[in-house]
Amino acid sequence: MFKSHVLPEYLATIDTDKCIRCKRCIHNCGWGVYSWSGERVLIDTQKCVKCLRCYHYCPVEAIEIEDSKTRYKDNSSWTYKNIRNIKKQAETGGMPLSGMGCDLPLPILFDNMLLDACQVTNPSIDPLREPMELRTYLGKKPDKLEVERTKDGKLKLKEGFKMTPQIKLDAPFMFSPMSFGSISLNAQKVLAMAAKECGIVMNTGEGSLHEDLLPYTDHVMVQVASGRFGVNPDYLNAGVACEIKIGQGAKPGIGGHLPGEKIPLQVAKTRMIPVGSDALSPAPQHDIYSIEDLRQLIYALKEATEYKKPISVKIATVHNVAAIASGIVRAGADIVYLDGFRGGTGAAPNVIRDHMGIPIEHAIAAVDERLRQEGIRNEASVVAAGGIRSAGDAAKAIALGADAVAIGTAALMTMGCTVCGKCYTGNCSWGITTQRPELTARLDPEIFGERLANLIRSWKHELMEVLGALGVNSIESLRGSRERIRGIGLDTETLDMLGIKAAGT
Amino acid sequence: MYNIDAKGMHFKELNEQVRAAVKDGEDEITLQNVNGQYYIGVGIREKPTITIEGVPGNDLAAFMDGPTLRVKSNAQDNIANTMNSGKVIIEGHAGDVLGYGMRGGKLHIKGNVGYRVGIHMKGYKKQIPTIVAGGTAGDFFGEYMAGGVLILLGLEGTDVKTNPIAGDYLGTGMHGGKIFVRGEIDPTRIGAEVGILDLDENDHKLLKKCLEDFCADFDLSVDDIMKEPFKKLEPITDRPYGNLYAY
Ligand code: SF4
Ligand code: SF4
Repeated sequence: MFKSHVLPEYLATIDTDKCIRCKRCIHNCGWGVYSWSGERVLIDTQKCVKCLRCYHYCPVEAIEIEDSKTRYKDNSSWTYKNIRNIKKQAETGGMPLSGMGCDLPLPILFDNMLLDACQVTNPSIDPLREPMELRTYLGKKPDKLEVERTKDGKLKLKEGFKMTPQIKLDAPFMFSPMSFGSISLNAQKVLAMAAKECGIVMNTGEGSLHEDLLPYTDHVMVQVASGRFGVNPDYLNAGVACEIKIGQGAKPGIGGHLPGEKIPLQVAKTRMIPVGSDALSPAPQHDIYSIEDLRQLIYALKEATEYKKPISVKIATVHNVAAIASGIVRAGADIVYLDGFRGGTGAAPNVIRDHMGIPIEHAIAAVDERLRQEGIRNEASVVAAGGIRSAGDAAKAIALGADAVAIGTAALMTMGCTVCGKCYTGNCSWGITTQRPELTARLDPEIFGERLANLIRSWKHELMEVLGALGVNSIESLRGSRERIRGIGLDTETLDMLGIKAAGT
Repeated sequence: MYNIDAKGMHFKELNEQVRAAVKDGEDEITLQNVNGQYYIGVGIREKPTITIEGVPGNDLAAFMDGPTLRVKSNAQDNIANTMNSGKVIIEGHAGDVLGYGMRGGKLHIKGNVGYRVGIHMKGYKKQIPTIVAGGTAGDFFGEYMAGGVLILLGLEGTDVKTNPIAGDYLGTGMHGGKIFVRGEIDPTRIGAEVGILDLDENDHKLLKKCLEDFCADFDLSVDDIMKEPFKKLEPITDRPYGNLYAY
């Protein structure tokens, strides 16, 4: 047989002196790297993706996974990745795919921004012992409120005044849409449990709502995408909001394509498609060719939910994002969800993932600015996603103008994900992006739900510390305060675009 | 019998009135002077019969789950968008993107239909959405179809060269469900994923059942319609894109 010229990426080794032949690595590896010879563990290193599951589960630390030392000759233009892709393409004729967000060393603007803090002239706040409000509400805010006084002199909304529907978030975080199919049901349960625990919201993605998530629907946003999987009136009314998915940051302009390997019976049932077929949700929703058509679907959803649920529209951040967002708001959306180009994915062709869209930092600044200029910023909330790695990124995103941030990859990391990027194979050894029952069974929703809740708790504390240092006591006071951000190492044009000043000025 | 005069009414008000009437227990409602109002039938979970006089607007019966709608004239685009159950009967022609992601229920159109009809139609076990069109269809009929039944009859007469029953890319991206077409199909105009097959016994039974229902709605004769031979389109591979990616 023809031997592949694609160099293995990693070198898996087992220290045979340490190895006690427990075979756990064989059992744990979803990619079939290890097998049993009868006496010892055999290694097929070509298959290794460096997810490190085996490393963590080896009881004697006998396993080492290194980047393969054999590389092509150094060349800054013809990098290892470039050469490897060409060989792969030559051997298969297929498009190289990736899971997870773009990993190219492109500038990450969050890392070129620093936040302000109080010194001498304004007091900072002790976030642990003084009131500090992280709660926020997503949805259209009315132009004016009508209030009246109760008998005991308190203010309340005037009788008959109808508040627009809102999503309540105890902290400005959400979990980004990840469908049952692209991730396992257990992974969705982890998200749902943590969302409930933390008073925030998870998003079903486009794969419908599995009945096991019904106890969590007060913390679930449901999604409608081009494939319309599992969309019926119960579904639309089940959660706290409905989202129309137009695009995804990792693959703007192209649709979803869940490979048949990830469509076992359960997934086929919730999606109402044949078992083992590829689930197609192409980019265009063929009922939306314009802002007017988007309006038609937004209002179809509003009619179907009797105007009780906010409607979110999720787009990938592309060049003209500000104008598009303005159109979306004018079309009646209550939330605009911006997914930056570093956003994650279960599967995207590299050529799309690595070359299209714009970073979320630019998009937040542009959209917030545009909506303010047009006097419609109150008409919709802005959610930012796609590359939020820490509470620091979240604080900067909110200071740039976002109402809340959504995280996907960071949430998966709490379940074991090591960002190996091979989600599209359906073999995730951590039981996250797979439907193989022996793999998904390893992800205990209770245990990992708690870990994910811990991450959110920790980020909440961090965010409070940031607010305290800035001398403000609510997340609403940070929103859009770009005067509290300074840029370092950014050119004037970028600073102007972001609406921030250079450090030292 | 309950009448609502829709003249000059905004869709929001009209649909509120319809929903309120249904909640009050009305099970036969007639909407008069309808003129382009969107979303009729949306958000109703009961099973009333609603007769529509005039031309209803887009997204008729979107997400609908139960009612029977009878439109006495032509209708527009996006009918039965993601419809779950119930029935829509159109006595005239209808527009584009009908039955998008439809999951159940029936859509019967006496006349012609436009582009991308039956796109993303689903189906699972007993839930078999069905669209029957008495006339011809535009391009991309049954695109990305994953389940359900699409039937094209061409009752006014068709000709494979000059007046084909369906446009280009018939069944493109189809990976489930069945399309039945009365008369000849041009094999150069079908999607790459489908094949033209003869009907087997089960297909005949299914077709007959669907047509009996259709004919009852429009007072047509099943036997007459079934005199002409039908062809079936079905996906010939369930992994048409298996080789698209390098893993
Ligand atoms: S479990 Fe992961 S890291 Fe270990 S051998 Fe398998 S693929 Fe490589
Ligand atoms: S979810 Fe699994 S397959 Fe995907 S990057 Fe994380 S560890 Fe790898």
